[in-house]
Amino acid sequence: MSTPAGRLSRLLNLVPYLLARPGIKIADAAADLGVTERQLRDDLNLLWVCGLPGYGPGDLIDMSFDGDSVTVTYDAGINRPLRLTADEALALIVALRLLVNTPGLPKRDAVERALARIEAAAGDVANTADNIAVQLPVPEVESTEAEKVALLRAAVERQRALRLVYYTAGRDETTERVVDPMRVLFAAGWAYLEAWCRRARAVRLFRVDRMDTITELDEPAAPPPDAQPTDLAAGIFRPTPDLPLITLRVTREARWIVEYYPCEQVIEEPDGTWLVSLRASDLSWARRLVLRLTPHATVLAPRELIEAVTEEARAALAAYRGV
Amino acid sequence: MTSDAEWASVLGVSRSRTERLVNLVICLLSTRRYLTAAQIAEIVPGYEHDPADPRQHEAFQRKFERDKAALRELGLPLETGSVSAFDPEPGYRIARRDYALPEILLEPDEAAAVGIAARLWRHAGLAAAASSGLFKLRAAGIDVDPHASLGVEPVVTVDPEFTSLTTAIRNRQAVSFEYRVPSRDHATTRRLQPWGVVCWRGRWYVVGHDLDREAVRCFRISRMTGPVRPIGKPGSYTPPEGVDLIGHVARFSEPVEHSGRATVRLRSGRGAGIRRWAEQITGDVAVLRYSDTEDFARWLLGYGADVEVLDPPELRQTMIRLLEETLQRYPAAVDTALTPAGAAQ
Repeated sequence: MSTPAGRLSRLLNLVPYLLARPGIKIADAAADLGVTERQLRDDLNLLWVCGLPGYGPGDLIDMSFDGDSVTVTYDAGINRPLRLTADEALALIVALRLLVNTPGLPKRDAVERALARIEAAAGDVANTADNIAVQLPVPEVESTEAEKVALLRAAVERQRALRLVYYTAGRDETTERVVDPMRVLFAAGWAYLEAWCRRARAVRLFRVDRMDTITELDEPAAPPPDAQPTDLAAGIFRPTPDLPLITLRVTREARWIVEYYPCEQVIEEPDGTWLVSLRASDLSWARRLVLRLTPHATVLAPRELIEAVTEEARAALAAYRGV
Repeated sequence: MTSDAEWASVLGVSRSRTERLVNLVICLLSTRRYLTAAQIAEIVPGYEHDPADPRQHEAFQRKFERDKAALRELGLPLETGSVSAFDPEPGYRIARRDYALPEILLEPDEAAAVGIAARLWRHAGLAAAASSGLFKLRAAGIDVDPHASLGVEPVVTVDPEFTSLTTAIRNRQAVSFEYRVPSRDHATTRRLQPWGVVCWRGRWYVVGHDLDREAVRCFRISRMTGPVRPIGKPGSYTPPEGVDLIGHVARFSEPVEHSGRATVRLRSGRGAGIRRWAEQITGDVAVLRYSDTEDFARWLLGYGADVEVLDPPELRQTMIRLLEETLQRYPAAVDTALTPAGAAQ
């Protein structure tokens, strides 16, 4: 919005916005616009000296101020917002389609009606959005997933605690825990429940496909007031420096891990192998990963991981050799 | 270095330019007749110059061209037409029907849905476009509750090149980009007539006609290693009618047939992941379906000593071979573990 065109658009739309809301508080208008009060006052000062040719007192845009509120009294003909640009139409239409595609969505009909109206209002520029297709869930699990999502969403809405039988892949364990649901999310191709986990005493994201049973309890969800939603700007798994750093040498066949897991460093060696450093949620997760990559990955560090991998492989081999 | 005084003058220029643009829009919107550039210069403040002075006249023309470009950027089409039968100069005006958002009414639940939709972009590239679009709806008199929630929300992230690609698709303009698949050693330059963008299983792809392969290709946008550059003229191709974009991407991940059948023994109380996948489970013996022996063996290998393959023999052999290969990778660790002295170190 800081480009000249962006500011021009804001100014032209500001007049009809204010026309529709006589006496609006300047602070409220600034919040709707996403600008500071000072920027908004600057915009109003600029509009005040613009108007119809002639530029006399009766031609200029006029406003009356009453304390901290404002009313437009003359609009000089700019009484309608501009048409949506192609990018604006794209942003709104694609986002609405993502919502319509979200399994277990409540009020789907409202979203569908909104989509139809925005498409109609956007006119020709809506066509670009036709070239964008979105498919959120994995089709083969869609129906069971949607049922679970609907159940979870209802618990979020009714603010009920849940008992989950949940599979933790990192530790290969199925455990039972009571959680206080906060919201349901779709990210990177998976559905998640964000909840306060009473066992871990922390906010956790639970993958819906890893929930074996979901039981709504007859008790209210009570996440502690300081339970903050996860900031997902940087993705679902955000490695922190306190997690163990592991370094692997991978061959071509296992290079895919750099697209799959956030990596700290990737060094391409002349022989075609890559040295990959990444944070592991714990060493048992790392051990499983390395074993699964056999024979395309070799652990370089830490030593504990080398020991864990060889220990496990030896024990497994012993069973086959009848030792 | 830019001094404060210079900055102030830069800001002053941009303010006076914005003011001039607002006045230009109001003027062109209010006129029914077409106005020539010369007439506009006489009317709208900020264009004052001496038309007889060639340098001043040229400066004015450049300024006016830049301003027309700014209006086009906003999607504000200038209508051009002749002013009179005797004046060869083109005239300009803005037609209200091209300018104004058509009347739009949204029920409160629909408006809430649009607000939620616009917020989906807060982590991603189209945040500015979504919020300026939403502001236009507000300017049309629609109240959008900024705190509405549906209890279910998709988290949208797009790759940096997303907008360059949607722009190219809109303009029907071929693009080129550097593309690297991790299994390849080098990036290659690809040339594509993009048809559409697809979000599939949380990843974004572009689908189009590959100009070098002469065939339909999909590219994962996150694998583009450099900027997407437009090549060729806008409007130079037509994407096929009714193309199934998702189908092109999904084709490469069709479900595989699980024709193999394995019997495995699990350690008591362990191997939860295998138990969840098992087709049949009796005590600690599980039966599972699989397709590729090597891939399935590797998946089982992750469970280490918690699983032992009983049948079929070739899967059992593959497990043994992979476990031996694992141990061969760490001769030092194996040696130290075998000698008690080494283990104590």
